[in-house]
Amino acid sequence: MIIAEQKPLDEIKKLLGEAEEVLVVGCGTCVTVCFAGGDREAQIMASALRMASKLDGGSKQVTDLTVQRQCEWEYLDEIKEEIAGADVVLSLGCGIGVQAIAEHYPQKWVVPGLNTTFLGLPTEQGIWEERCAACGDCVLGITGGICPIARCSKSLLNGPCGGSEDGHCEIDPDVPCAWQAIFDRLSAMDRMDSLLEYQTPKNWRTSRDGGPRKIVRKDLRLIEDEA
Amino acid sequence: MNTNNNGFFVGSRLEQVFHAGKFAVTGELGPPQSADGDVIREKSQLLKGYVDAVNITDNQTAIVRMSSIGSAAIMMEEDLEPVIQMTCRDRNRLAIQSDLLGAHALGMHNLLCLSGDHQSFGNHPTSKNVFDLDSIQMVKMVADMRDQGIFQSGDKFKGESAKFFIGAAAAPFADPVEFRPYRLAKKINAGANFIQTQLVYDLEEFKKYMDKVRELGLHEKAYLMAGVGPLKSPGMARYMKNNVPGILVPDEIIQRMNAAGKPWADKDKSELTKEDKAARSRAWKEEGIQICIDLIQELRQVEGVAGVHIMAIEWEEAVKPIVEGADLYPRPRVKQLDIS
Repeated sequence: MIIAEQKPLDEIKKLLGEAEEVLVVGCGTCVTVCFAGGDREAQIMASALRMASKLDGGSKQVTDLTVQRQCEWEYLDEIKEEIAGADVVLSLGCGIGVQAIAEHYPQKWVVPGLNTTFLGLPTEQGIWEERCAACGDCVLGITGGICPIARCSKSLLNGPCGGSEDGHCEIDPDVPCAWQAIFDRLSAMDRMDSLLEYQTPKNWRTSRDGGPRKIVRKDLRLIEDEA
Repeated sequence: MNTNNNGFFVGSRLEQVFHAGKFAVTGELGPPQSADGDVIREKSQLLKGYVDAVNITDNQTAIVRMSSIGSAAIMMEEDLEPVIQMTCRDRNRLAIQSDLLGAHALGMHNLLCLSGDHQSFGNHPTSKNVFDLDSIQMVKMVADMRDQGIFQSGDKFKGESAKFFIGAAAAPFADPVEFRPYRLAKKINAGANFIQTQLVYDLEEFKKYMDKVRELGLHEKAYLMAGVGPLKSPGMARYMKNNVPGILVPDEIIQRMNAAGKPWADKDKSELTKEDKAARSRAWKEEGIQICIDLIQELRQVEGVAGVHIMAIEWEEAVKPIVEGADLYPRPRVKQLDIS
C-alpha cells in the first residue's frame, strides 16, 4: 500500500495561510491503515488547527470529514457541498488524493497535509518499510521475490556492491542490504543460477523515466475509443 | 582474449606491462576540490616513474572534485598514463558514453568502471543519484563499444569507436563473502580486462579468495591487481578495521603500528610536545610503508596476482619508497604504440 506521514503542523499552517474556512479531508484507504490520514487523524488535525488558530489570535473554522477513497471521482462527488463551503481543502490523502481533489474541483484551492513516502508494508507494529518502486517492469522473478530496485540503495541488478557488511547497507546500519537478502534466499532455495546470470541494462522507459505513465485497457472501456 | 590491435586490446602502457608478464604497479590520485590544475601537476611528479599508470578518482566518496577526465588530460601533459575512473552514480548511459568518446579522443585508454560511493556519504547528500547502469553493465557497454563498435543502444559508431583497456573493482572481503568470486566472474565475463581489489591487509583471507579465483580460472581471463595502501597511524588501522565495509585489518598489523609508536606510548598525552608528536607520526608512517612493502612482497608470491594497486591518496610521497622498497623500481619500459 501507499505509505505516508504527516507534514509538521507549522508547514501545514503556512500552507493554509489566511483562509478562514478549512475543510480537512481524510482518506479511508491506505493512509488510514498507516495511521497518517484516516478519519481519526483528520479529527485530530482539525482540532489541532482550531487550537493553533486560537493561540495565534485567529478564528479559523475547521471542519473535517473522511471519504472512502480520495482517488475515485464517485467518492469525491459525495462531498461536493462541503468542498463548496470551504476556502481551502487540506487533504490528508496521498499525493494522488490531493491531485484528484484539485482535478475534480478546479476552482478550489487544495493543499497537502501529508508527505507521500513510499509503497510498502508494516513489518512490525509502528514500522513501515519500502518494498516497490513501481518501475513498471518487475524483476522479482529473478531476484527471489526481493526487489533490488526499491531496496538496494543503488538499484543494482547484478549483485551487491562492495558496501555490504554484516547484512546491512553502507549508507546506514539500519538499512538492510537487499542483495544480502537476495543471496541468502536464493542460496537457501538452491536457485543461485539467476544470480550468476548477467542482467542487461534495465529498460527504464516503463518507469517514471519514460514520462508520466498511463494505462488504457480497451477491454474495460465503456465507450468505444475512436480509432 | 579477443584482441584486435597488434595483439593488444588498446596497447596502453599498463596493458603492455601486463602483456609482457611484468608485475604491474598502479597508483591513485585524488583530484582537488578546486579548479587548480597545478595540484594534478605536482602530484603527478611524485608518482612519475614509480608506477605504470595512475587511477584518477571520479568524485570519490561523493565529494565534488575536478573531473577524472579533465585531471587525466593534465596528467598526460606530465607524461604519466592515467586510468580514468567512471562511476554509475553521477551519469546515465548517454553521459558515460559521451564522456568516454571524449576521453578516447584525448588519448586516454585505461578505464576503471565503478558503481560509485552513495551520495549520502559526500558533500551533496541531498542530490539525486543516477544508477541507470550498474558497474557490470558499464563494463559490458564499454566492451561492446570497443569490440563491436556499437553504442549501448545497439547503434553503430559513425566512425572511430572508443577503445579502452577495461578495468573493474573487486571487494574480496565484503559480504556476502561466498558470492564475491562469482561476482568477479560476472565482471570478467562482461568484459573486464583488469581488476583492482579493495585494500588487502589480511593475507590469509586474501589467499583463500585467490584459491577460489583460480579454481574458477579467472586469473587467466583478466589481470588481477591486489589493492594495497600504507597506514599512517594505528588509529587509521583501527578505523578501517571497524568502520570501512570490506576491509579486514588483522590485529597483528595493528600491533605493528602500535609498536612503532612505543617510544612515546608511556608518556601522558599532555606531556607530548609538538616535536614528540611529529617524531611519532614519522615512526608510524615509516612502519606503515614497511608493512605495505612486506604485503606487496607476499602478494607477489600469490599465484594469479598480476600487480598491485597502491592507494596512497593525499600521501602520494609514500609511493616512491614503497615501490623502491618492494624492488619494483625501475618500472619496465614500453613501446609507444599507435593506438586507434
